[in-house]
Amino acid sequence: MCGAKEGGLSLDGVNVAKEAVIQGQVLRGEEPVSNAYVRLLDRSGEFTAEVPTSASGHFRFFAGDGEWTLRTLAPKAEPVDTRVVAATGSVAEVQVLVSA
Amino acid sequence: MSRENSLVTAQWVEDNLDTDGIVLIEVDEDTTAYDKGHIRGAIKLDWTTDLQDQVRRDFVDRAQFEALLSERGVSNDDTVVLYGGNNNWFAAYAYWYFKLYGHQDVKLLDGGRKKWELDSRELTDELPSRAATTYTAQEQDSSIRAFRDETVAAIGVKNLVDVRSPDEYAGRLLAPAHLPQEQAQRAGHVPTSINVPWSKAANDDGTFKSDEELREIYGAAGLDDSKETIALCRIGERSSHTWFVLKELLGHQSVKNYDGSWTEYGSLVGVPVALGDEPGEA
Repeated sequence: MCGAKEGGLSLDGVNVAKEAVIQGQVLRGEEPVSNAYVRLLDRSGEFTAEVPTSASGHFRFFAGDGEWTLRTLAPKAEPVDTRVVAATGSVAEVQVLVSA
Repeated sequence: MSRENSLVTAQWVEDNLDTDGIVLIEVDEDTTAYDKGHIRGAIKLDWTTDLQDQVRRDFVDRAQFEALLSERGVSNDDTVVLYGGNNNWFAAYAYWYFKLYGHQDVKLLDGGRKKWELDSRELTDELPSRAATTYTAQEQDSSIRAFRDETVAAIGVKNLVDVRSPDEYAGRLLAPAHLPQEQAQRAGHVPTSINVPWSKAANDDGTFKSDEELREIYGAAGLDDSKETIALCRIGERSSHTWFVLKELLGHQSVKNYDGSWTEYGSLVGVPVALGDEPGEA
Protein backbone atom coordinates (compact mmCIF):
# COMPACT_ATOMS: atom_id res chain seq x y z
CA MET A 1 0.00 0.00 0.00
CA CYS A 2 3.01 2.28 0.25
CA GLY A 3 2.62 5.32 -1.93
CA ALA A 4 -1.11 4.84 -2.48
CA LYS A 5 -2.94 8.16 -2.27
CA GLU A 6 -6.45 7.30 -3.33
CA GLY A 7 -8.91 7.88 -0.50
CA GLY A 8 -6.06 8.74 1.85
CA LEU A 9 -6.27 11.14 4.79
CA SER A 10 -5.90 14.78 3.78
CA LEU A 11 -2.40 16.14 4.33
CA ASP A 12 -3.54 19.77 4.51
CA GLY A 13 -1.48 21.54 7.16
CA VAL A 14 1.17 18.81 7.36
CA ASN A 15 4.71 19.72 6.38
CA VAL A 16 5.35 16.47 4.52
CA ALA A 17 8.87 17.49 3.52
CA LYS A 18 9.95 17.44 7.18
CA GLU A 19 7.96 14.47 8.44
CA ALA A 20 8.04 10.71 7.91
CA VAL A 21 4.28 10.19 7.80
CA ILE A 22 2.61 6.82 8.27
CA GLN A 23 -1.13 6.93 7.81
CA GLY A 24 -4.03 4.83 6.67
CA GLN A 25 -7.38 3.34 7.44
CA VAL A 26 -8.70 0.43 9.48
CA LEU A 27 -11.43 -1.62 7.81
CA ARG A 28 -13.65 -4.54 8.78
CA GLY A 29 -14.55 -5.93 5.38
CA GLU A 30 -15.32 -2.72 3.51
CA GLU A 31 -16.55 -0.83 6.58
CA PRO A 32 -14.27 1.72 8.28
CA VAL A 33 -13.64 0.91 11.96
CA SER A 34 -13.97 4.11 13.99
CA ASN A 35 -13.26 2.73 17.45
CA ALA A 36 -9.99 0.95 16.82
CA TYR A 37 -6.60 1.73 18.35
CA VAL A 38 -3.44 1.71 16.25
CA ARG A 39 -0.11 1.35 18.06
CA LEU A 40 3.22 2.23 16.46
CA LEU A 41 6.02 -0.12 17.53
CA ASP A 42 9.68 0.55 16.76
CA ARG A 43 12.14 -1.88 15.15
CA SER A 44 12.67 -3.62 18.51
CA GLY A 45 8.94 -4.00 19.07
CA GLU A 46 8.87 -1.22 21.68
CA PHE A 47 5.77 0.95 21.85
CA THR A 48 6.27 4.42 20.36
CA ALA A 49 2.79 5.90 19.98
CA GLU A 50 -0.87 5.08 19.75
CA VAL A 51 -3.88 6.77 18.20
CA PRO A 52 -7.59 6.01 18.13
CA THR A 53 -9.04 5.88 14.63
CA SER A 54 -11.24 8.73 13.41
CA ALA A 55 -14.92 8.43 12.51
CA SER A 56 -13.79 7.33 9.04
CA GLY A 57 -11.34 4.75 10.43
CA HIS A 58 -8.27 6.84 9.63
CA PHE A 59 -5.07 7.25 11.63
CA ARG A 60 -1.72 9.07 11.23
CA PHE A 61 1.75 8.97 12.78
CA PHE A 62 4.79 11.20 12.45
CA ALA A 63 7.54 8.62 12.66
CA GLY A 64 11.22 8.60 11.81
CA ASP A 65 13.11 6.95 8.96
CA GLY A 66 13.07 3.17 9.14
CA GLU A 67 10.97 0.11 9.73
CA TRP A 68 7.96 0.18 12.03
CA THR A 69 5.12 -2.12 13.02
CA LEU A 70 1.50 -1.05 13.36
CA ARG A 71 -0.46 -3.09 15.91
CA THR A 72 -4.18 -2.58 15.49
CA LEU A 73 -6.64 -3.37 18.29
CA ALA A 74 -10.37 -3.32 17.60
CA PRO A 75 -13.37 -4.53 19.61
CA LYS A 76 -14.17 -8.19 19.01
CA ALA A 77 -11.13 -8.74 16.80
CA GLU A 78 -7.68 -10.23 17.23
CA PRO A 79 -4.78 -7.72 17.15
CA VAL A 80 -3.31 -7.26 13.64
CA ASP A 81 0.38 -6.46 13.08
CA THR A 82 1.39 -4.66 9.86
CA ARG A 83 4.97 -3.79 8.91
CA VAL A 84 5.66 -0.45 7.28
CA VAL A 85 8.71 1.53 6.18
CA ALA A 86 8.71 5.29 6.76
CA ALA A 87 10.97 7.91 5.21
CA THR A 88 11.18 11.66 5.76
CA GLY A 89 9.50 13.51 2.93
CA SER A 90 7.14 10.70 2.05
CA VAL A 91 3.79 9.34 3.14
CA ALA A 92 3.43 5.61 3.81
CA GLU A 93 -0.23 4.69 3.26
CA VAL A 94 -1.41 1.54 5.01
CA GLN A 95 -4.72 -0.29 4.96
CA VAL A 96 -5.40 -2.55 7.95
CA LEU A 97 -8.07 -5.24 7.78
CA VAL A 98 -9.41 -6.59 11.06
CA SER A 99 -11.39 -9.79 11.36
CA ALA A 100 -15.13 -9.58 10.77
CA MET B 1 -1.15 3.36 48.61
CA SER B 2 -1.88 0.14 46.81
CA ARG B 3 -3.64 -1.22 43.76
CA GLU B 4 -6.85 -1.74 45.77
CA ASN B 5 -6.91 1.91 46.88
CA SER B 6 -5.98 3.57 43.64
CA LEU B 7 -7.31 1.49 40.74
CA VAL B 8 -10.78 0.29 39.75
CA THR B 9 -11.85 -2.03 36.94
CA ALA B 10 -14.19 -1.19 34.08
CA GLN B 11 -16.70 -3.62 35.57
CA TRP B 12 -16.55 -1.84 38.94
CA VAL B 13 -17.24 1.45 37.18
CA GLU B 14 -20.16 -0.03 35.26
CA ASP B 15 -21.57 -1.47 38.50
CA ASN B 16 -21.25 1.92 40.24
CA LEU B 17 -22.56 4.29 37.56
CA ASP B 18 -25.45 5.30 39.80
CA THR B 19 -23.68 5.20 43.15
CA ASP B 20 -23.79 8.48 45.08
CA GLY B 21 -20.48 10.00 46.06
CA ILE B 22 -18.59 8.70 43.03
CA VAL B 23 -17.67 11.24 40.35
CA LEU B 24 -16.39 10.01 37.02
CA ILE B 25 -14.11 12.47 35.23
CA GLU B 26 -12.75 12.07 31.69
CA VAL B 27 -9.45 13.77 30.82
CA ASP B 28 -8.04 13.27 27.33
CA GLU B 29 -5.12 14.46 25.31
CA ASP B 30 -7.64 14.82 22.48
CA THR B 31 -9.89 17.23 24.32
CA THR B 32 -12.78 16.58 21.91
CA ALA B 33 -12.96 12.84 22.70
CA TYR B 34 -15.46 13.38 25.53
CA ASP B 35 -17.78 15.32 23.25
CA LYS B 36 -17.99 12.37 20.84
CA GLY B 37 -19.09 10.03 23.62
CA HIS B 38 -18.25 9.35 27.26
CA ILE B 39 -19.18 7.06 30.12
CA ARG B 40 -22.65 7.91 31.41
CA GLY B 41 -22.53 10.52 34.16
CA ALA B 42 -18.90 11.45 33.56
CA ILE B 43 -17.87 15.10 33.54
CA LYS B 44 -15.00 16.47 31.48
CA LEU B 45 -11.85 18.29 32.46
CA ASP B 46 -9.90 19.91 29.63
CA TRP B 47 -6.22 19.65 30.55
CA THR B 48 -5.28 22.56 28.28
CA THR B 49 -7.79 25.06 29.65
CA ASP B 50 -9.08 23.78 33.00
CA LEU B 51 -5.77 22.60 34.44
CA GLN B 52 -3.24 25.09 32.98
CA ASP B 53 -2.73 28.74 33.70
CA GLN B 54 -3.65 30.52 30.48
CA VAL B 55 -0.74 32.99 30.59
CA ARG B 56 2.28 31.50 32.37
CA ARG B 57 3.44 27.91 31.93
CA ASP B 58 2.14 26.51 35.21
CA PHE B 59 -0.87 24.89 36.78
CA VAL B 60 -3.96 26.74 37.87
CA ASP B 61 -3.43 27.96 41.42
CA ARG B 62 -5.21 26.67 44.49
CA ALA B 63 -8.05 29.20 44.29
CA GLN B 64 -8.62 28.48 40.59
CA PHE B 65 -8.65 24.73 41.27
CA GLU B 66 -11.18 25.26 44.04
CA ALA B 67 -13.35 27.36 41.73
CA LEU B 68 -13.09 24.77 38.95
CA LEU B 69 -14.15 21.80 41.06
CA SER B 70 -16.85 23.79 42.83
CA GLU B 71 -18.34 24.84 39.52
CA ARG B 72 -18.19 21.27 38.15
CA GLY B 73 -19.91 19.89 41.23
CA VAL B 74 -17.10 17.91 42.84
CA SER B 75 -17.04 17.67 46.66
CA ASN B 76 -14.06 17.09 48.92
CA ASP B 77 -15.46 13.79 50.16
CA ASP B 78 -16.34 12.44 46.69
CA THR B 79 -14.53 9.44 45.28
CA VAL B 80 -13.07 10.79 42.05
CA VAL B 81 -12.57 8.16 39.33
CA LEU B 82 -10.47 9.39 36.42
CA TYR B 83 -10.22 7.87 32.98
CA GLY B 84 -9.13 8.94 29.53
CA GLY B 85 -7.63 8.02 26.21
CA ASN B 86 -3.99 7.28 25.41
CA ASN B 87 -3.79 4.58 28.06
CA ASN B 88 -4.80 7.06 30.75
CA TRP B 89 -1.83 9.42 30.20
CA PHE B 90 -3.83 12.54 30.95
CA ALA B 91 -6.06 10.80 33.45
CA ALA B 92 -2.92 9.83 35.37
CA TYR B 93 -1.75 13.43 35.01
CA ALA B 94 -5.07 14.60 36.50
CA TYR B 95 -4.78 11.95 39.24
CA TRP B 96 -1.37 13.33 40.20
CA TYR B 97 -2.82 16.86 39.97
CA PHE B 98 -5.72 15.97 42.33
CA LYS B 99 -3.17 14.49 44.74
CA LEU B 100 -1.05 17.62 44.40
CA TYR B 101 -3.98 19.67 45.66
CA GLY B 102 -4.76 17.19 48.41
CA HIS B 103 -7.87 15.34 47.20
CA GLN B 104 -8.07 12.25 49.40
CA ASP B 105 -9.98 9.66 47.41
CA VAL B 106 -8.89 9.47 43.77
CA LYS B 107 -8.81 6.39 41.59
CA LEU B 108 -7.95 5.50 38.01
CA LEU B 109 -10.13 3.34 35.80
CA ASP B 110 -7.70 0.58 34.81
CA GLY B 111 -7.23 0.70 31.04
CA GLY B 112 -9.11 3.97 30.69
CA ARG B 113 -11.22 4.79 27.71
CA LYS B 114 -9.51 2.26 25.46
CA LYS B 115 -10.34 -0.69 27.70
CA TRP B 116 -13.91 0.57 28.01
CA GLU B 117 -14.24 0.82 24.21
CA LEU B 118 -12.50 -2.48 23.47
CA ASP B 119 -14.94 -4.12 25.89
CA SER B 120 -17.76 -2.60 23.76
CA ARG B 121 -19.20 -0.90 26.86
CA GLU B 122 -21.72 1.91 26.42
CA LEU B 123 -20.77 5.53 25.71
CA THR B 124 -23.25 8.38 25.62
CA ASP B 125 -23.28 11.99 24.44
CA GLU B 126 -25.71 13.06 27.19
CA LEU B 127 -24.25 15.73 29.40
CA PRO B 128 -24.71 15.23 33.16
CA SER B 129 -25.73 18.08 35.42
CA ARG B 130 -24.17 18.37 38.85
CA ALA B 131 -25.06 20.96 41.48
CA ALA B 132 -22.26 23.36 42.36
CA THR B 133 -20.29 22.66 45.53
CA THR B 134 -17.86 24.52 47.73
CA TYR B 135 -14.59 22.70 47.14
CA THR B 136 -11.55 23.34 49.34
CA ALA B 137 -8.09 22.48 48.04
CA GLN B 138 -4.86 22.15 50.03
CA GLU B 139 -1.56 23.85 49.31
CA GLN B 140 0.37 22.00 46.60
CA ASP B 141 2.14 18.93 47.97
CA SER B 142 5.75 19.67 47.09
CA SER B 143 6.77 16.10 47.91
CA ILE B 144 5.39 14.85 44.58
CA ARG B 145 6.35 17.67 42.17
CA ALA B 146 9.91 18.28 40.92
CA PHE B 147 11.20 21.47 39.32
CA ARG B 148 14.14 22.01 36.98
CA ASP B 149 16.84 22.88 39.53
CA GLU B 150 16.07 19.78 41.55
CA THR B 151 16.25 17.71 38.37
CA VAL B 152 19.65 19.13 37.43
CA ALA B 153 20.88 18.48 40.99
CA ALA B 154 19.62 14.89 40.77
CA ILE B 155 22.03 13.98 37.95
CA GLY B 156 24.15 11.10 39.20
CA VAL B 157 22.50 11.31 42.64
CA LYS B 158 18.82 10.31 42.48
CA ASN B 159 16.95 7.94 40.22
CA LEU B 160 15.96 9.82 37.08
CA VAL B 161 13.44 7.84 35.07
CA ASP B 162 12.79 9.08 31.56
CA VAL B 163 9.61 7.39 30.40
CA ARG B 164 9.56 8.56 26.79
CA SER B 165 9.93 6.11 23.90
CA PRO B 166 13.49 4.86 23.20
CA ASP B 167 13.74 7.03 20.07
CA GLU B 168 12.82 10.19 21.99
CA TYR B 169 15.25 9.30 24.80
CA ALA B 170 18.08 8.71 22.35
CA GLY B 171 17.35 11.95 20.52
CA ARG B 172 16.11 10.38 17.29
CA LEU B 173 12.59 11.78 17.79
CA LEU B 174 11.53 14.98 19.57
CA ALA B 175 7.92 14.12 20.36
CA PRO B 176 5.65 11.09 20.54
CA ALA B 177 5.13 9.84 17.01
CA HIS B 178 1.48 10.84 16.84
CA LEU B 179 2.60 14.49 16.98
CA PRO B 180 4.57 16.56 14.45
CA GLN B 181 8.31 16.39 15.16
CA GLU B 182 9.29 20.02 14.62
CA GLN B 183 10.19 21.33 18.10
CA ALA B 184 12.32 24.15 19.48
CA GLN B 185 14.28 22.27 22.14
CA ARG B 186 17.38 20.10 21.81
CA ALA B 187 16.97 16.33 21.50
CA GLY B 188 18.32 13.79 23.99
CA HIS B 189 17.96 13.07 27.71
CA VAL B 190 19.15 14.13 31.16
CA PRO B 191 22.53 12.43 31.78
CA THR B 192 22.28 9.38 34.10
CA SER B 193 18.51 9.10 33.57
CA ILE B 194 17.42 5.57 32.76
CA ASN B 195 14.90 4.93 30.01
CA VAL B 196 11.89 2.90 31.07
CA PRO B 197 9.14 3.78 28.58
CA TRP B 198 5.79 4.28 30.35
CA SER B 199 4.37 1.64 28.01
CA LYS B 200 6.40 -1.09 29.71
CA ALA B 201 3.99 -0.73 32.63
CA ALA B 202 0.87 -1.28 30.55
CA ASN B 203 -0.69 -4.15 28.66
CA ASP B 204 -1.85 -3.63 25.07
CA ASP B 205 -5.39 -2.93 26.31
CA GLY B 206 -4.11 -0.12 28.53
CA THR B 207 -4.50 -1.92 31.88
CA PHE B 208 -1.54 -1.93 34.26
CA LYS B 209 0.66 -4.98 34.50
CA SER B 210 0.70 -6.93 37.79
CA ASP B 211 2.71 -5.62 40.73
CA GLU B 212 5.10 -8.54 40.33
CA GLU B 213 5.70 -7.75 36.65
CA LEU B 214 6.13 -4.05 37.46
CA ARG B 215 8.70 -4.73 40.19
CA GLU B 216 10.61 -6.93 37.75
CA ILE B 217 10.58 -4.24 35.01
CA TYR B 218 11.90 -1.40 37.18
CA GLY B 219 14.33 -3.66 39.05
CA ALA B 220 15.80 -4.97 35.79
CA ALA B 221 16.11 -1.40 34.51
CA GLY B 222 18.29 -0.51 37.50
CA LEU B 223 15.86 1.61 39.51
CA ASP B 224 17.17 1.67 43.08
CA ASP B 225 14.06 1.98 45.25
CA SER B 226 16.12 3.03 48.28
CA LYS B 227 16.82 6.31 46.46
CA GLU B 228 14.52 9.20 45.70
CA THR B 229 13.07 9.15 42.19
CA ILE B 230 12.13 11.83 39.68
CA ALA B 231 10.09 10.78 36.65
CA LEU B 232 10.04 12.85 33.48
CA CYS B 233 8.89 12.69 29.88
CA ARG B 234 8.13 15.49 27.38
CA ILE B 235 5.43 17.55 29.14
CA GLY B 236 4.82 15.54 32.31
CA GLU B 237 1.79 13.47 31.40
CA ARG B 238 3.40 10.14 30.52
CA SER B 239 5.63 10.51 33.57
CA SER B 240 2.45 10.89 35.66
CA HIS B 241 1.57 7.39 34.46
CA THR B 242 4.93 6.09 35.75
CA TRP B 243 4.66 8.23 38.91
CA PHE B 244 1.34 6.45 39.52
CA VAL B 245 2.97 3.05 39.07
CA LEU B 246 5.95 3.72 41.32
CA LYS B 247 4.16 5.70 44.04
CA GLU B 248 0.62 4.36 44.09
CA LEU B 249 0.94 0.76 42.87
CA LEU B 250 4.43 -0.20 44.07
CA GLY B 251 4.46 2.11 47.10
CA HIS B 252 7.89 3.70 46.64
CA GLN B 253 8.32 6.35 49.32
CA SER B 254 9.71 9.31 47.43
CA VAL B 255 8.66 9.76 43.82
CA LYS B 256 8.26 13.14 42.15
CA ASN B 257 6.93 14.04 38.74
CA TYR B 258 8.89 16.69 36.82
CA ASP B 259 6.10 18.30 34.80
CA GLY B 260 8.48 20.74 33.09
CA SER B 261 10.05 17.61 31.59
CA TRP B 262 11.88 17.62 28.28
CA THR B 263 10.16 20.68 26.78
CA GLU B 264 11.68 22.66 29.65
CA TYR B 265 14.94 20.80 30.23
CA GLY B 266 15.77 20.55 26.52
CA SER B 267 15.39 24.34 26.23
CA LEU B 268 17.62 25.27 29.21
CA VAL B 269 20.89 27.03 28.43
CA GLY B 270 24.01 25.33 29.72
CA VAL B 271 22.64 22.10 31.21
CA PRO B 272 24.22 18.77 30.24
CA VAL B 273 22.42 16.61 27.66
CA ALA B 274 23.18 13.00 26.72
CA LEU B 275 22.48 11.55 23.28
CA GLY B 276 22.07 7.92 22.29
CA ASP B 277 20.69 4.86 24.00
CA GLU B 278 22.97 4.90 27.08
CA PRO B 279 22.28 6.99 30.24
CA GLY B 280 25.62 8.83 29.98
CA GLU B 281 27.91 10.17 32.69
CA ALA B 282 27.19 12.69 35.44
